[in-house]
Amino acid sequence: MRLWNLIYRMNALPADYFAVFGISPQLALDLPELQRQFYVLSKQHHPDRFARASADEQRYALDFTSLLNDAWRVFRDPVARAEYVLKLLGYDTADSRTNTVPAELLEEVFELNMALEEARDGDSGARKQVAEALTHFTALRQDLDVERDRIFAAYDAAPADTHLETLRSLLNRRRYIDNLVRDAQQALS
Amino acid sequence: MSVFQIDFGDTPDTPPRVVGIDLGTTNSLVAFLDLTAPLVIPGTNGSPIVPSVVYFPTTGEPVVGAEAQEALLTDPVNTVYSAKRLMGRGAADVAGELALLPFAMAEGSESVIRLAVGGRQLTPPEISAYVLRQLKQNAEAFLNETITQAVITVPAYFNDAQRQATKDAGRIAGLEVLRLVNEPTAAALAYGLDKRRNGTIAVYDFGGGTFDISILKLEEGLFEVLATNGDTHLGGDDIDDLLLRIALEDVDTEWGRDLSNDHEAVQRLRRAVINAKHELSSLPAATITLDYQGREYRRSFPRDVFEKLITPLIDRTLAPCRACMADAGVTPEQIDEVVLVGGSTRIPLVRQAVRALFKSEPHTELNPDEVVALGAAVQAGILSGEVEDQLLLDVTPLSLGLETMGGVVTKLILRNSTIPASATEQFTTAVDGQRNVLIHVLQGEREMVRDCRSLARFDLKDIDPVMAGMARIEVRFLIDANGILNVSAKDLRTGKEQSVEIKPSYGLTDEQVEAMILESFDKAEADFNERQVREARVEADRILAAVDKAKQSDAWFDLPAEEQTAVDKAINELHLSYHGDDHVLIQSKMEALDLASRGLAENMMNSAVRNVLKGTKIV
Repeated sequence: MRLWNLIYRMNALPADYFAVFGISPQLALDLPELQRQFYVLSKQHHPDRFARASADEQRYALDFTSLLNDAWRVFRDPVARAEYVLKLLGYDTADSRTNTVPAELLEEVFELNMALEEARDGDSGARKQVAEALTHFTALRQDLDVERDRIFAAYDAAPADTHLETLRSLLNRRRYIDNLVRDAQQALS
Repeated sequence: MSVFQIDFGDTPDTPPRVVGIDLGTTNSLVAFLDLTAPLVIPGTNGSPIVPSVVYFPTTGEPVVGAEAQEALLTDPVNTVYSAKRLMGRGAADVAGELALLPFAMAEGSESVIRLAVGGRQLTPPEISAYVLRQLKQNAEAFLNETITQAVITVPAYFNDAQRQATKDAGRIAGLEVLRLVNEPTAAALAYGLDKRRNGTIAVYDFGGGTFDISILKLEEGLFEVLATNGDTHLGGDDIDDLLLRIALEDVDTEWGRDLSNDHEAVQRLRRAVINAKHELSSLPAATITLDYQGREYRRSFPRDVFEKLITPLIDRTLAPCRACMADAGVTPEQIDEVVLVGGSTRIPLVRQAVRALFKSEPHTELNPDEVVALGAAVQAGILSGEVEDQLLLDVTPLSLGLETMGGVVTKLILRNSTIPASATEQFTTAVDGQRNVLIHVLQGEREMVRDCRSLARFDLKDIDPVMAGMARIEVRFLIDANGILNVSAKDLRTGKEQSVEIKPSYGLTDEQVEAMILESFDKAEADFNERQVREARVEADRILAAVDKAKQSDAWFDLPAEEQTAVDKAINELHLSYHGDDHVLIQSKMEALDLASRGLAENMMNSAVRNVLKGTKIV
């Protein structure tokens, strides 16, 4: 390793997205306040402010700002944020990519898939069924989001692994429902 | 005892000026920031507009601009216009288009188009470089100073290869491109100077060759692009082509003669339809006239016929507008102001369509031909530090992804992400002892590789030979503030930088661009040497500062005395070579300092640094 590359790295970038904003890892965030911070930090660190600075400073501005933009993008989406926190705290998110049907949804999913197939074949009765399922699953997703925010608050108040476990399975279910909603919307459009 | 004075001088009292350049399909302009207001710079003929046309006579120097436009009639096969439409593209992309253009494509144009003009073969960046050089000269004559740095605008919807090609053109022209700025964003900046207020603005940019729509949020001098969309293949040129085709057929019927292979006649007729198009923006009817080889063609063209003809083209701008609003999460009612950019927005039907879509009266106070260059000059002012209260946060127009199993594209960075933006991905090997991993990067919104635009292949080379699946290479994809992809890789097992070889799918390699810079006729050898010396000094500054910092750490005091002496000696020698004009010597002294400081680097690695390094890992 070259000495100067080493020095550059010592000019330590924030270790994670939370450190970018100078806050500790948490699930519930005050987004309007965070957005204000995002603007303030952008004005301070954007590469445009360092176009005439040394190569090191330019590099740091680029790296910091990309990290800042990545962080803000993740934080303003509660689902992406929750996934990020889980990953940060060592919860394997590879698991979250599995496509197994949540047990309690098995029956409804089966019915929806049937209706989707019939709707694709032009069955107007099935279309109505798909529309109903869409309403149902959209409502279900909203319920999950309320539940999600409750877990966010509970964890921030008293960080406990059980909250994170619950959150992870909630996110899995939500992702699954998300796909169903998307399929139904596509079939209806 | 000898004392040498170290002079870090070379910093003139006023930093070099940065100009803003609108490198357009039809016309190009250069502007600068004068005290607080941006101004366009006129050329020798008094007009700030330099037509993006280059004439390559078989003997003599190439001619740029209005003069070259004349050559379109006299020597069309050696006169290049609309080169911007060929930037960053391959032969297959432009096959249909070139059929309408008089100039010929040379062999071997698969990944970079080469045009055979004036007995030479030139790529689109080289041709654009002639236009840029002309603008540079205009600016130098007007401002009476040497110009070496510029901001150049590009269509917001330009992909990586098209952006890279534009940057290459700047380098070939002897300009350091400090930033590529999206044209609609630049236009918003130009308007922002006059009315500093908060709100949501839509910029509808319908130019000679491209269409862009961008939606921005303005807050306290911060221009935040929410979403952008467009079509890099839709512009006034298409209207011209449409009218030209009709006129050619019309002439054929009237004269019984097909002129479509007669380049001179086609160029004359093209000019006639363009004139008619311009007239129709203010008159209810215009006449297309062609006097050619003793015959005369006249055709009156009423505006309603014109409007009926171009409606499908204008309609094609509406879908990107709707998609852009959806991506930005705004409705037409939430858009406070609409800004019109580009010559094609002079067409009354275009204004009518915009008014209907956004339900508000568009702004046209600034000249639509100049507004982009003016905005580029404002951005130049931001970069030079002259403008402190404004900042642009732009987005990437297209999603970036990787080819994965089965020809599927896995998205890494989604479109409309604020740039700079990054993503990291881990790679491993599939067989024991594998030394290379090839990564295919694409741009586009579709699911399959074949439907996206291949950007480049990155070859991770010299991987430590280990068992299959044991290698852990972390690759970081970074889209910089120019919208251009940078890739770096790290071997997570050893912590070493992993070497990456880039094979761009379209466009020039770095070596090719360097060669073109060398070849370019007005780039004297001395100039080149000077640049290399300057670059070597910048690098030396960086290194000296780093070593200085290291010397204040504990690692330095733990270093054996003879190693300390060796480092000091190497520092002195680098200082001594610093003010010479031999960049090779400076480089060799940097190498020597690198070698002498290895022990120091190791010491630092072994101390607290290791912890710091762990902490810097980007999650």
